[in-house]
Amino acid sequence: MTTQSEAVRSETRDERPEIRPTGLLRQSLAITRRNLIHIKRMPEMLLDVTIQPVMFVLLFALVFGGSIKTSSENGYNEWIMAGIMGQTIAFSSFVVAVGLTADLDKGIVDRMRSLPINSSAVLVGRSISSLMHSSIGIVVMSVTGLIIGWRIRDGFLDAVLAYALMLLWGFSMIWVGIWVGSAMRSVEAVNGLMFATMFPITFVANTFAPTENMPDWLQTIAEWNPISSLVQACRELWGNTPPLGDDAALPLQYPVISTVLWTIAITAVVAPLAIRSFRRRTQD
Amino acid sequence: MSPRAAIEAENLVKHFGETVAVDGVSFSVPEGTVLGMLGPNGAGKTTTVRMMTTLTEPTAGTARVAGHDVVREPAAVRRAMGLTGQAATVDELLTGRENLRLIGSLYGLSPAYVKRASEELLGRFSLADAGDRIAKTYSGGMRRRLDLAVSLIARPPVLFLDEPTTGLDPRSRVELWDVLRGLVREGTTLLLTTQYLEEADQLADRIVVIDRGTVIAEGTPLELKDASGAAALVITVSRAGDLPIAERMLREHVSEVHVDEGARQLTAPANGLGDMTRIAGVFAHSEIELDDLGLKRPSLDDVFLHLTGHRAEDAQDGESSDDTSTTDAGEKVP
Repeated sequence: MTTQSEAVRSETRDERPEIRPTGLLRQSLAITRRNLIHIKRMPEMLLDVTIQPVMFVLLFALVFGGSIKTSSENGYNEWIMAGIMGQTIAFSSFVVAVGLTADLDKGIVDRMRSLPINSSAVLVGRSISSLMHSSIGIVVMSVTGLIIGWRIRDGFLDAVLAYALMLLWGFSMIWVGIWVGSAMRSVEAVNGLMFATMFPITFVANTFAPTENMPDWLQTIAEWNPISSLVQACRELWGNTPPLGDDAALPLQYPVISTVLWTIAITAVVAPLAIRSFRRRTQD
Repeated sequence: MSPRAAIEAENLVKHFGETVAVDGVSFSVPEGTVLGMLGPNGAGKTTTVRMMTTLTEPTAGTARVAGHDVVREPAAVRRAMGLTGQAATVDELLTGRENLRLIGSLYGLSPAYVKRASEELLGRFSLADAGDRIAKTYSGGMRRRLDLAVSLIARPPVLFLDEPTTGLDPRSRVELWDVLRGLVREGTTLLLTTQYLEEADQLADRIVVIDRGTVIAEGTPLELKDASGAAALVITVSRAGDLPIAERMLREHVSEVHVDEGARQLTAPANGLGDMTRIAGVFAHSEIELDDLGLKRPSLDDVFLHLTGHRAEDAQDGESSDDTSTTDAGEKVP
């Protein structure tokens, strides 16, 4: 910059402020904070992790509770809790996708990308706030469960491990959300796609009914469904069901390890697709 | 001594698959001046701005903002410029102050500075009272002003504005123009795209006219107007019955008269103010009552018609903001 133009500028306008390079974490937290303000301004955004799953718990417990026999000694109400929480955390992909599509659609993502920040901050910030969003659901679920008779019957560390698996699962679901959110052009399209896929995926599993009574082919699908591993792991860790025997599908015999492996596998496959899809959407 | 260029583009090209959105655009904007990029929807304006602001990479060509190459030094470009996109991209659920604070903290500005600068910008853009309301409750003009304020939080020396007044009512438009003129007085370099010929005329030092991805004309507003022909004298008579006699009187002084009966208007080519005052004198001494007598310089709309063979409005099908393809441009006139 020539000294003359600098002199002219400082006469006619104030000095520019110092732009300090900031890290990805600080940028992501600024965006997380913004997303949380959204929830504060529109608390109805939380309906999907509050009223909706509570309705599910009550409906399933009251309607099917009497007629579905489960492996739990304490009845269907206790058995179903891990299932509904598993579904809630799987739906965090939904939360990510809806938020990301809205931001892309409104030009917010472009606005952020025109700033001197790491463009991943948009995704990281969205992921953190979505995980917090879904975690609220898990807390609400747990309280609801306690009211209707669900209990954590094993040790404290096992219980914590179960909640940690839920979060890990949520982490892999975020990538699904980024992938869908980047590929879809409108929030309506995201809703349509996610309802059409996530509901069957979370139902064809051990979430709401035992798999033994399903037709053989469906039982195989349900037991190899990654979400079944998560749900089985949580049930065992909370002491809501005894471990399964040799006749169960392999992942369900070692549910904790298979949940970890499933989340690594899902992330390894979906994350590159998600990043490519996001790049393609934003860079053209 | 010519001032340094704050924005430069050399042969910028952008392809989207088969579509050529921008096809060799070059221009240069000296520091502290305003370049108006004029063209219809789909001409390639937004794509050009997206390349200049590092949002999309050029297929070919180079561009520099404040001396930094947009491809090789995107971070330096982003530090040096502000962008106000086509839709006012403020966060609707955040208040005005929160919007400023968010972008300020993303820039890495100190909280104390952001607070001070936010108050100053809100005051300057008449948003001080609305600063704690969420942006959803703002009018279109207020949203645009907030969008602009947000772009200015780090005091960038270069500002890109993509159709800054599209969708605004005339009053808000004039208010925004005033704000932009103020920025230019302080030394900011501006590149603004517009479909409004009047807007480019009002604000720009130089204009590039862009159509189907290429620059079809460049110059000052005055040069472009001169290029498309002489001025016209327009006379509106009060009573339609006076038209024939007014036409006869006018023919004694000028060679060619066009009569529009519906509008009670006579139009004739004129050589500047001399012709106009002479003819005004003729009518002042007659019985004919006039509603209006004036000199009409060619508008930029006339310029566009002259350059492209089609009106700028021809290509504007609706208020579509999609400017990434050239396929929706108007029909090619042979």
